[in-house]
Amino acid sequence: MTMNVIDRRTLLSRGMTGSLVIGAGGLSAPRLAFGQETGSKKLLFVILRGAADGLSMLAPVGDPDFARLRRRSLREYENARKADSFFAIHPTLENIGQAYSEGEALFVHAAATAYRERSHFDGQNVLETGGSSPFSRRDGWLNRLASLIAAKAGRQPKALAVALTMPLALRGDAPASNYAPTRGRSASADFMDRVGKLYENDPQLGNLLSQALETREMAGDTEMRNLRDYQKTGELAASLMRSEDGAQIGMVELNGWDSHVNQIGVFRRQAGQLDALIGAYRSAMGSEWSNTMVLVATEFGRTVRINGTNGTDHGTGSAAIVLGGGVRGKRVIADWPGLADNQLFENRDLRPTTSLQSVFAGSVSEHLGFGPRETMSRLYQDAKEAPLKGITRA
Amino acid sequence: MTASHIALSRFGYGLKFGEEPPRDAKRYLLSQIDNFEPKPVQIAGRPDTTELAGKFVDVIHARNRARTIAQDRAESMGMDRTRVKVSLEEYLPQFPAEVRGTYLEPIKALIRDLGFRFDMAAASDTPMMERLVHFWSNHFSVTARKIGTYHQVGNLEFGAIRPKVRGKFGDMMKAAVLHPAMLFYLDQFRSIGPNSPRKRGPGRRGLNENLAREILELHTLGVNGGYSQEDVTEFARALTGWTIGGLRQTSRFAPEGARGTIFIDAFHEPGARTIMGKTYRQQGSEQALAVLDDLATHPSTARFVSTKLARHFAGDVPPESLVRRLERNFLRTGGDLESLTRTLIEAPECWREGPVKFQRPFEWLVASLRFAGGDQFNERQIYSMLVALGEQSWNAPSPAGFDDFEGNWAGPDALIRRVELAERITRRAPFAANILDRAKAAFPGTLSENTRLWLSRAESDRQALGLMLAAPEMMRR
Repeated sequence: MTMNVIDRRTLLSRGMTGSLVIGAGGLSAPRLAFGQETGSKKLLFVILRGAADGLSMLAPVGDPDFARLRRRSLREYENARKADSFFAIHPTLENIGQAYSEGEALFVHAAATAYRERSHFDGQNVLETGGSSPFSRRDGWLNRLASLIAAKAGRQPKALAVALTMPLALRGDAPASNYAPTRGRSASADFMDRVGKLYENDPQLGNLLSQALETREMAGDTEMRNLRDYQKTGELAASLMRSEDGAQIGMVELNGWDSHVNQIGVFRRQAGQLDALIGAYRSAMGSEWSNTMVLVATEFGRTVRINGTNGTDHGTGSAAIVLGGGVRGKRVIADWPGLADNQLFENRDLRPTTSLQSVFAGSVSEHLGFGPRETMSRLYQDAKEAPLKGITRA
Repeated sequence: MTASHIALSRFGYGLKFGEEPPRDAKRYLLSQIDNFEPKPVQIAGRPDTTELAGKFVDVIHARNRARTIAQDRAESMGMDRTRVKVSLEEYLPQFPAEVRGTYLEPIKALIRDLGFRFDMAAASDTPMMERLVHFWSNHFSVTARKIGTYHQVGNLEFGAIRPKVRGKFGDMMKAAVLHPAMLFYLDQFRSIGPNSPRKRGPGRRGLNENLAREILELHTLGVNGGYSQEDVTEFARALTGWTIGGLRQTSRFAPEGARGTIFIDAFHEPGARTIMGKTYRQQGSEQALAVLDDLATHPSTARFVSTKLARHFAGDVPPESLVRRLERNFLRTGGDLESLTRTLIEAPECWREGPVKFQRPFEWLVASLRFAGGDQFNERQIYSMLVALGEQSWNAPSPAGFDDFEGNWAGPDALIRRVELAERITRRAPFAANILDRAKAAFPGTLSENTRLWLSRAESDRQALGLMLAAPEMMRR
């Protein structure tokens, strides 16, 4: 049996043609009619809260150190879909794996934001604000993207979180709203009218109320009572985004990835939720899927070694997923850092070699037809790295 | 806002039905400190079951194991595994007699306790103190999603927070972070020193840093409080041994009958620990306690706690002068919470005129039901309302607790849910009359012309009540 020896700087980004793509700069930027198509393009951001384990999501089964460090996980990947000769996709990610095989999804591995500590709250703050450090910004990167689209396209895009409360990534100056199904009966029309009058001299409450009424109309009469059915949540997000006057920017949150105990079981449960959501969203978007991009990311990864309670602790590098009808998929973009003790970040975590900001900025700039550098500087003022290129098919 | 309105709504939970607005705002608040009842009638008869934490978990685990076995068996016989039911009844004999009944199902205990919490706030004559209890409970937040915490979050708030809300910060902090609810929630109960007698030999569980990290980041110093990753790990080592009695994995090592929070020497990592430059040579349980004592009065803790308090009472971006005022008081008194409360009441920054905070869902619901009067909703209904509003007590999205910034709460959907609930509440309100007069009393001197106009134009008293609950005055404090 031969074993591939992977050294730290070996790049594993293989295109569908099988050619080896060297790093982020190895592809030329696609030329797009500037701004022309912006208005019809949709973007969904799925945040995995609690630090999802990238090594479980996309397992580097070709790295001999993976078998050493995650011996008990190996069985999970015996019959799993292979992303390439080196990585295997977690078997529970069936829909996402299917999209990958069809060339409409790619993974980025060993990626992280600029944050290098290990607090969920600060990590999520950096991921959502796009700041260089926690609390350095008050508004979210998706909200700034909404402003950028407004400036480019000349009209304010609708931005909507399918969530009970407004997530940080969507907070900011640009108008945004959130929506979650409720089981309570809605108020009578007369009462609602009168409340509208009560808010006449109150711009904040008046705006919030009219935004809420607009969203309710779009969601129609769902039978959902909450967001715990992930397949239905995916369908709901699609119903709020697919129509012409639907939301152009959407966001969904998935909690519960903090697998300090029972790594294998917790990840399997979480992956099932994510996969149900993405699968339902993709099929419910219908023909609009070709105009849609989905970004899936988490605040940071987890320790490479299993802890004393068969779980993993807060780490650094993790994996992200980019899906969409226009995505040049079936690829893993990774500058693989290796898992040997001396290759780990602070001798415990997957070393981050790709910046999530460059993934986000590169993906959305190509998707929306904006200049990559301008997008980068508008979304991430403090970032110094170049946006990733070649995410979508030119 | 007038002083009387601020005292009622910003410091408290609003005017209660049938109450007169206070004449002397400050005296009204100061008297609440003295009149606060840690164990009011609602929980007077509730047994504190903290010591039975381990028992609950073991019994529930046994039930879950039995269910899995039964499901596997059903599946192997070609049946649908989801249809197999294993009732807790079979395990009932294993429960101590005093905890049968309402403790039978974890979710029932949780909802019952949540009802107690809500009722105490809605009925309270010392609503500022209730607000402080909820503030500290959120500071030491435990999310009731893990088995074992359902029974214990109520015990934590009622037993570790309420009685200590006028005491020293350090005493409350130690009681909270070493409470079984927290030990379960942040995995401390299974953390074992790598070189402890228990750990020697392969395959046993080991060190878990979760509690140590959150104490430093969320409960005391704050994330920029001056500690490193190595300090976290050292603190985690110092904390080993603190666990829960009555569990299968602990009872062999604990003295006969040791229950609740206990310390097991055999789990403790031997040796001295160095945390933020200071060496702790204490043996056993004393080591972590000494660290906690130092953290409780650390300048970073004073800063962190003062900032959070100031944010709660003076706005999302609180005036630096108030933070410093509180910080000085904290350092001078060694974290005396009664003195901090008095400082808040005396601070001019807390009496700024305009509303400084958007009401959180829990605050809005308490204030609404105090205004509406009556106790027509049972604990299940209260629970459902809080879930629908987006702030189910003891169920924060993270160990950081619910966030205290407007941006997280002032959303379109969040607002319309309140409007809908306002109308629903009025359908069953027993006291829907004189709404305009009651509104003038609850918002003394500050009820807007527009609100007065639409209250007076309401087609019924009931509708007027609903409109008042949805009015701008009710949404902010």
